[in-house]
Amino acid sequence: MKKRLSILFSLMLVLSLFLSACGGFEKKNESAGDKGKDGDKAANVPQELHVNIKTEPFSLNPGLANDSVSANVLYQTFEGLTRIKDGKPELAMAESYKVSDDQKTYTFKLRDAKWTNGDPVTAKDFEYAWKWALDPKNQSQYAYQLYYIKNAQAYNEGKAKAEDVGVKAIDDKTLQVTLENPTPYFLELTAFYTYFPVNSKIAQQNPKWYTNAGDQYTSNGPFKMVSWEHNNKIVLEKNENYWDAKTVKLTKIEMVMVNDTNTELSMFNNGELDWAGMPTGQLPPDSLPKLKEEGKLHVQPIAGTYWYKFNTEKPPLNNVNIRKALAYAIDREAIVKNVSKGEQIPAMAAVPPTMFPENKKGYFKDNDVKKAKEYLKKGLQELGLKDVKDLPPITLSYNTDDAHAKIAQAVQDMWKKNLGIEVKLENAEWAVYIDKLHSGDYQIGRMGWLGDFNDPINFLELFRDKKGGNNDTNWENPKYKQLLIDSQKQTDPEKRKELLKEAEAILMDEMPVAPIYFYTNTWVQKDNLKGVEMSGLGDVQFKWAYFK
Amino acid sequence: MLRYISKRLLYILMTLFLIVTVTFFLMRAAPGGPFSSEKQVPPEIEKNLNEFYGLDRPWYNQYFDYLVSIAKWDFGPSFKYKGQTVNDLINEGFPVSFFLGMESLLLAISIGVLLGIIAALNHNKWQDYTAMVLAVLGISVPSFIMASILQYFLAIKLGLFPVARWESLQHTVLPALALAATPMAFIARLTRSSMLEVLSNDYIRTAKAKGLSRGQITVKHAVRNALLPVVTYLGPLSAQILTGSFVIEKIFGIPGLGSHFVTSISNRDYTTIMGVTVFYSILLLVAVLLVDIAYGFIDPRIKLAGGKKGE
Repeated sequence: MKKRLSILFSLMLVLSLFLSACGGFEKKNESAGDKGKDGDKAANVPQELHVNIKTEPFSLNPGLANDSVSANVLYQTFEGLTRIKDGKPELAMAESYKVSDDQKTYTFKLRDAKWTNGDPVTAKDFEYAWKWALDPKNQSQYAYQLYYIKNAQAYNEGKAKAEDVGVKAIDDKTLQVTLENPTPYFLELTAFYTYFPVNSKIAQQNPKWYTNAGDQYTSNGPFKMVSWEHNNKIVLEKNENYWDAKTVKLTKIEMVMVNDTNTELSMFNNGELDWAGMPTGQLPPDSLPKLKEEGKLHVQPIAGTYWYKFNTEKPPLNNVNIRKALAYAIDREAIVKNVSKGEQIPAMAAVPPTMFPENKKGYFKDNDVKKAKEYLKKGLQELGLKDVKDLPPITLSYNTDDAHAKIAQAVQDMWKKNLGIEVKLENAEWAVYIDKLHSGDYQIGRMGWLGDFNDPINFLELFRDKKGGNNDTNWENPKYKQLLIDSQKQTDPEKRKELLKEAEAILMDEMPVAPIYFYTNTWVQKDNLKGVEMSGLGDVQFKWAYFK
Repeated sequence: MLRYISKRLLYILMTLFLIVTVTFFLMRAAPGGPFSSEKQVPPEIEKNLNEFYGLDRPWYNQYFDYLVSIAKWDFGPSFKYKGQTVNDLINEGFPVSFFLGMESLLLAISIGVLLGIIAALNHNKWQDYTAMVLAVLGISVPSFIMASILQYFLAIKLGLFPVARWESLQHTVLPALALAATPMAFIARLTRSSMLEVLSNDYIRTAKAKGLSRGQITVKHAVRNALLPVVTYLGPLSAQILTGSFVIEKIFGIPGLGSHFVTSISNRDYTTIMGVTVFYSILLLVAVLLVDIAYGFIDPRIKLAGGKKGE
């Protein structure tokens, strides 16, 4: 008897599912019809944006965030002293600023702005937030973004006191920042999320203020967070307390967390998302050629380089000519066109063209097999070897991933065909791979690097010191190092750029890394969505976005 | 009976202890750590992080502390999501996986049993072949392909359901169907074969001879006995299906528990790995115990070991 009841119950449930589904179908049609009508009266277009952010953010506390998912939520909800628009910093929380003659002291005047709960945004909120991130006991993994400030590094390493850090609230509206060195890109940095303020009134009382949405989570940006369902979605609404609220047209942003590229594209095709692809999500690589053909694909170069690092202490890669031979014998054009197919730009330089526009051409010719053979001959001579076959075995490593595997196979083939060099391929899971690379247990290894702010130093300082940081190649050059140190003290932007270019030329001549391509953002979007601001650093701002 | 259950509970505890120990050491043996990233964390900060999570202490201290906190049902803070504990992750994820699992279980049982009965009653006729072709498809098509097919036809082409996500009851239909496909097919085949066996029994012939209608015979006499093997299959199935499926949850963007099983490992999120492993083990062990106990109630012919002696 009981069993029969349960069967009956199940059948009813199934039936009700289908019925409810049908109900939804009708509703959907209606709303589609409404949209058609609204198209005539542009004013009535619903200003609600649906995007995918892939995963749960690491943390929505600006002082703790260290990933692009958190960043792309924080850029909507918070605001720093400046904000990047059209690639240039513009004043945001700061109303005006003064720079001292030695370019080491910045004095910011704050505008009258409020937190979402109505509290005024004060200079103290900035001082508090920066010092909180630097406080070693708060374990911020991105505290080093603040190391440009005087004594910031010392405090973060426990060698100085909080009072010594070069940030001070003179009064409620005046913030004075003292830097270690003249930093010409400091106004770009103040737009970065680690430099965002935090409502000190709340944070001092409630150290867990940032873990959920609610009245404890206050922000000062164009949008406020109204709900945060962990691992599911975040809903933002327009912040009426924002100082520039009249500019903000979107009333609501729904950020869902769907970590599957095919599903993301299907949701876009089905009208459930207004945007699919980078920077917040990702398109399936296989879909790109077709989307491009249909004219739907948007492409934007960003500040990132995909390269192969050489471990310059492992033979035969300790020989600069062998490294150059390998780097010159790669056909990047073919890789971008036929292998990665993501509209990337072939890279013959380390710094992306978003920072040095002339780097689209680069320092050497792509697929220069003739030169590569010359270098190989020279290299073999220097190593005292007669034939390519006598070279020590070479292994090319990458982290396990379809896309990386395909590129590695293509490069393996090019080296064999062009130079007669046989390399073995080896892959490891990400955490294992990164460990091997950082500990120097590799010969040639794939890596990508994305800039945090729009300045070449981001890429060049990687190779400044042999140990520590993210060099991995064990390469060091005293002249290169000196040029970078000089550039930090140079206050004239043109002269500084020359120094950096000179450094890059050394890097490309000694070739501790072989650049492969510059990253691009690829995405599809609703045609009537306008004003989305992407800085070329892989972040996005919806402050100025609207539906037409 | 009581003695039997307490004995089984003791075994469960021992199994759990073994699972925790093996997982703990395997996890630590894997190269890489929770703070590995292409942007290396400065050594001073890494030191602070290790201190906070207790990773700087000797392994035996960490291990014993861990055993104690598991006993207190406190799995510690997540490495990957700042400010959230592993208990939070489980408390938020499990209800979602559980709901989805229940829905697919109901779907699998109701449709599977129905198909099986139809097939058995029309043995070797077109209904039988259609149902069994469906069943073979259900078993042989992997769930991620099934999910994509459902998304493509029911959501994109016909617009009946949303493509993905977890919002309303409507959103749950496609993932539940995709998850239910394999067990549904399995149940259909089980039901069919046991129905065929039951239908050839003497008491069915007796019922027919008494002049009962076909419907009465099927519902009252055949189905009831034919369902026993299905119930047996339900135990392990529910433990597996209720804790969520990584593949289905990923494809449909469902905030369940299933995704943590896989992502926590690649993130080296030590506390989450341990938390979800322990949680799943407990669920599985208890489900198996429940099924063993239930056997005795469903079919009086099955006696629990020691039950007789104890009473």
